Amino acid sequence: MTTTSVPKYWREIKYRYRLIGSRCLQCGKIFFPHRAVCRVCGSRKLEDYKLSEKGEVLSFTVIRRNSPSSFEKNVPYIVGLIKLENGITLLSQIVDCSIEEVSIGMPVELTFRKIKEAGKEGIIEYGFKFRPVLK
Amino acid sequence: MRRVAVVGVGCTRVGELWDKSLKDLIVESTLKALDDAGIEKIDTIYVGNALSQILQRQGNLGSLTVDVLGLEETPAISLEAADASGGLAFHEAVKAVKFGWADFVLVVGVEKMSDASSSEVAEALMTFEDQDYVAFTGINQAGLHALLLRLYMEKFRVKHEEIAMFAVNAHKNAANNSYAQFRSLINVEDVLKSPIIADPLRLLEYSTIADGSAAVILCPLEEAKKIKKNPVEVLASTIATDRFFLFERVDMLTFNSTRKAVKKALEEAKISLQDINLVEVHDASTILGVLSLEDLGFVEKGKGASFVAEGHISLDGTLPTNTFGGLKGRGNPVGATGVYQIVEMVWQLRGEAGKNQVGNAKVGLTHNLGGTGSYATVNILKGNLT
Repeated sequence: MTTTSVPKYWREIKYRYRLIGSRCLQCGKIFFPHRAVCRVCGSRKLEDYKLSEKGEVLSFTVIRRNSPSSFEKNVPYIVGLIKLENGITLLSQIVDCSIEEVSIGMPVELTFRKIKEAGKEGIIEYGFKFRPVLK
Repeated sequence: MRRVAVVGVGCTRVGELWDKSLKDLIVESTLKALDDAGIEKIDTIYVGNALSQILQRQGNLGSLTVDVLGLEETPAISLEAADASGGLAFHEAVKAVKFGWADFVLVVGVEKMSDASSSEVAEALMTFEDQDYVAFTGINQAGLHALLLRLYMEKFRVKHEEIAMFAVNAHKNAANNSYAQFRSLINVEDVLKSPIIADPLRLLEYSTIADGSAAVILCPLEEAKKIKKNPVEVLASTIATDRFFLFERVDMLTFNSTRKAVKKALEEAKISLQDINLVEVHDASTILGVLSLEDLGFVEKGKGASFVAEGHISLDGTLPTNTFGGLKGRGNPVGATGVYQIVEMVWQLRGEAGKNQVGNAKVGLTHNLGGTGSYATVNILKGNLT
C-alpha cells in the first residue's frame, strides 16, 4: 500500500478541496490543475482561480478490477471526464449515482469527499468528487 | 552525420516467465542480438525500462547491464519514458551512432512484471500519469483507455465490433509467432463477450502483465555493409510529447505526440506516408491501436475503426499492422515494447518473418507511445539496401 507523506498531501489541499486552478494575468486563459507558466502566452504571472462547481459528464468508465490498492474497498466505482461550466475539463470519481444511472451529458456538481486512506496508520485523504445535480 | 543501420536483433519469449529474472532477460536478448550481428565489442549501451525501480526495487540498470554482460569497459545509459522507454532508448542510440559518438551501440529494452500482483502492477503503471490529479481519482490505465473508447464510439458513431477487430488481428498474427504471449485465435464475439475490465473496455481488448526483453545492435551503415549481408537502415527516429494531462488536450482523441513525431520522421526520412509498406503501432488497447493509425495519418480521424474492420491491417491488407501480434498478441512488457517493435520490423525487412512475412516489406514504421499518448516515438526502417 502506497503511503502519502503529509506535506505532499497538504500542499494540494487548497486546490483539491475548493477546486482552484490558475488564471493567466496576461492572456486570461484558465488552467486546471494549477500551473506556474502559461502554456498559451508563456507568461509567468498567474493567479489562483476558483473553478465552476457545476458541469456535465463527457465520458465515464467503471473501475472493476486492478484498482490501485488504496481504492480496492471502493470497487466498482465510476470515474469520469467532467466538463465544467467555464470550459475546464477534469477527471473525477462520480458518486451518489449507480452504474446504471450515469450517462454522457449528465449534469453533475462538486462534492467534498474522502478519497482514500493508507491503511490503519496512514493519513486519510480528502478531495473533490462529482455527483448528479440535486433536484 | 552518418547513416545508421541495425546489424543485430534478439529477444526473449514474452509472457509470465516465472523462472527468469530481470537480469536473465537482459542477458538472453542481448546475447542473441550480439550473435546475430556477429560481434563481441560494444561502445555504448542504452537500456530502456519503465518499472524495475517499482516492481523489483532495482535501479541503476545501466551499470547492472554492463555487469551481467561482462562488458566492463562499456559506458551505459538507462532511460525511462513510461511505455515508450524502449523506443526512447533506441532513439538515443540512433543519435549516438548518427553523430559519431559511438560506432557499435547496444539497445536493450527490458521489463519484468510478473514479480508483482496485478494490483501492484496497475498502481505502478499509473506512475506514467500525474499523481495529484489523475492517479488521485483512483483510475487505472485500462480506465483511461476506456474513457477514450467511449468518447470515440460516441463521437464517430462507431460500433464496438469494428474497434474490437484490432485484437482479432493481433491474436491472428501472434499465432505464428513463437515469441508471443497470446497465440490463440479469437473472433470478434470472443472479444465482446470477454469480461468488462473498465466499461466499456473488455479483457481481450487490453494488453496485460508480461515479462520480456528485446535487444538491437546499431552501427554506421558503412560498417554494417561489411559485416552483414542484409543490414536494415534507420531512415528516421523521432520523439515528441503531448500535454501530460489527457483532459487538457484540445481533442482527447488525437495524440499530438504521434502527429508531431511522424511528421518529423517523414521529413527526416525524406519519404511520404505512401512509401510505408507496413507498421507496428502501440495497441496497448484496441482503441489506442485505432487512434494511432489515425494519428499517424494512414486513415482519416474517425475512420480508423472501419479501416481495421475492412481488413486493411491484415498481413495481406493494404497496411499490414502489428505483424507479430503487437502489444496485445505478442505481449506488452512495457519498457521493452518499443525494442520488440524494431526487432520484428527488422525480421520483416530482412525477409525472415516466416509465415507472417509481408510480401512487399521494404519500408516499415514503428510507433511506441508512453502514458496515454503524452509521449511518442516513431522510427522508419528500410531493408533491401543493395
